[in-house]
Amino acid sequence: MSVGTIVAGRRRRQRNRMLVSTGLGGAVIVVFVVSLMVGNTFYGLGDVARVVLGEEVPGASFTVGELRLPRATLGVLTGLAFGIAGVTFQTMLRNPLASPDVIGISSGASAAAVIGIITLGLNDTAVSMMALGGALLTALGMYLLASRGGFAGGRLVLIGIGFAAVLQSVVAYTLSRAAQWDLQAAMHWLTGSLNGATWKSVSPLAVVCVVFVTLLLVLGRDLSVLRLGDDSSAALGLHVHRTRLLLLVAAVVLVAFATASAGPIAFVAFMSGPIAARLVGPGASLIVPAGLVGALLVLTADLVGQNAFDHRYPVGVITGIMGAPYLVGLLVLLNRSGGAL
Amino acid sequence: MSGALRTVAPPDAAPLRRPVGVRVGWLIAVVVVLVLVVMASVAFGTRQVGFDEIVGALFGTDSGDPLGRAAVTKRVPRTVLALLIGAALSMAGTTMQAVTRNPLAEPGILGVSAGASLAVAMGIVFLGLSDPYEYIVVAVLGAAIASLLVYSVGSLGRGGATPLKLALAGAAMAAAFTSLLSAILLPRVDLISTFLFWQVGGVGGATWDRIAAVAPFLAIGALICFANAKGMNTLALGDDLAAGLGANVGRVRLVSAIGAIVLCGAATAIAGPIAFVGLVVPHVFRLLIGSDHHWLLPFAALGGAALLVAADVLGRVIARPEEIEVGIITAVIGAPVLIWVVRHQKLREL
Repeated sequence: MSVGTIVAGRRRRQRNRMLVSTGLGGAVIVVFVVSLMVGNTFYGLGDVARVVLGEEVPGASFTVGELRLPRATLGVLTGLAFGIAGVTFQTMLRNPLASPDVIGISSGASAAAVIGIITLGLNDTAVSMMALGGALLTALGMYLLASRGGFAGGRLVLIGIGFAAVLQSVVAYTLSRAAQWDLQAAMHWLTGSLNGATWKSVSPLAVVCVVFVTLLLVLGRDLSVLRLGDDSSAALGLHVHRTRLLLLVAAVVLVAFATASAGPIAFVAFMSGPIAARLVGPGASLIVPAGLVGALLVLTADLVGQNAFDHRYPVGVITGIMGAPYLVGLLVLLNRSGGAL
Repeated sequence: MSGALRTVAPPDAAPLRRPVGVRVGWLIAVVVVLVLVVMASVAFGTRQVGFDEIVGALFGTDSGDPLGRAAVTKRVPRTVLALLIGAALSMAGTTMQAVTRNPLAEPGILGVSAGASLAVAMGIVFLGLSDPYEYIVVAVLGAAIASLLVYSVGSLGRGGATPLKLALAGAAMAAAFTSLLSAILLPRVDLISTFLFWQVGGVGGATWDRIAAVAPFLAIGALICFANAKGMNTLALGDDLAAGLGANVGRVRLVSAIGAIVLCGAATAIAGPIAFVGLVVPHVFRLLIGSDHHWLLPFAALGGAALLVAADVLGRVIARPEEIEVGIITAVIGAPVLIWVVRHQKLREL
């Protein structure tokens, strides 16, 4: 194969990735704008644009500016965070099933957050910090337990399922002790929802997203190298352990903050990466497309959950129901492509 | 990936049967433990009662403290229910492990209990069910559908139903069932708190009526499993060898699975989804007495009963005067066992 062919192929893949990312970004913007317009009261594009630009529009200023805009922003940020963290885990562990929600890291964050809110009565910032601590501890514990005698992704997944089971029962126990009026909040922590989003709760997540998404984008090249396996990565001059630790911490921080502000939105981290991989094709870095897919998933699911039925459903219920058919599809596809799990 | 799992050190190879002396010795030990935990279960709780009071309350001869009598009459059905549910879940786990030849098979992990919960919720909300019998029938149906779904999803792809794929299919299906459950419950605020409570899994609401309702189902399920003990032993040899020995592999699998589903569905209908009992107990006894199902099933029943009663007592004692539901305790005990199994067992097959 001549150098020219390789360069041409590389350029084609890059162009393809750019195209897909632009398309996804466009779709996110469209759904974002639609979710600002649709709701109990419909506001036209003009009203929404005026509110976003800071003009005072009677009615719309409050509904769009104070309710729908923070909610949609929270949706985009959590989707980005879950999608990017998910694809980082999946790529690093070389296993499409090893996403932070399946292996219990989101459950670690929720368990800590629930204890923080209900048992200790902490405020927002402290709860985010507790969620972060819970997620980091869970990740660390699993990493230590699974890394005996070489790092085996399969073992990590199974140990993670065990962790998730315990942590979910901790959540269930803490919630069953909560007062009746906390039940709304309780369901929030069981399923994940964008209810109650305010600018105050969105801003810490926004800061974290900017910092750690940038970090992961910078590390994206190393992540692609890690995919080749530990020995080859080391031979290519990568500090395998240091890189993995950095990636792990960045991804865990994203999951923890997203979970602290919106609850464990089911399956978003799990689904985004593989969907992005199918759209972009092999060999490309998946971080940007997976983040966009995540944002699109959360926004769309929330739009459906809020408007499609008589009752308003939290976003996690919708994504959770999407998860089962998705898993079947994933297994069928893997079967066809000959990949073994 | 499966390669990585296969290279884990070989299991502490459990023989088919340990010597008779060993088995009888363990039998005596298990029965003694069972009697002790049952006594503890009646005696301990928010209010401790003495031996005289227990005897008095049971035979109606005492003239003592009415509070003590009340505690005993409340705790006896609770203990009986815990015994039944523990035995049922543990036998269901043993059978599921034999049928799928998968060391991680267990009603909780495979999402079968979640399917049963969803079915009960749908029965209450859409069909207006209120009778324990109806709950049980619906839960068994739900468990059956969930098992079918999880097993077919888990056996897609190369290599059939590997432990990893089954566990993941179970986890994903359980999450999807739970989402559907929330979708059904969220618009009905009056039911949420009842369900959150039930979802944790407990035996605190035991009454003799409920026990009478669930017992026949559990008996039928247990009989089906016992009747297939020989078939389960042959399944352990692998499908080809089992068929070569004249076993109808498909029929053994189907009938045993029905037994396990009845056990797990009925238990879930009454006590909520209690995870990990079916995982822990069979593994312990496979090491202690061997993997012959003629012995393993009864041992699993006794051990499961003892474990659940012990977990219930523990839950009552450590948080006095509050109670921690038994489902929480079993998860905290069970997850380390899962992790141990994953780290030490050869995961390929049983």
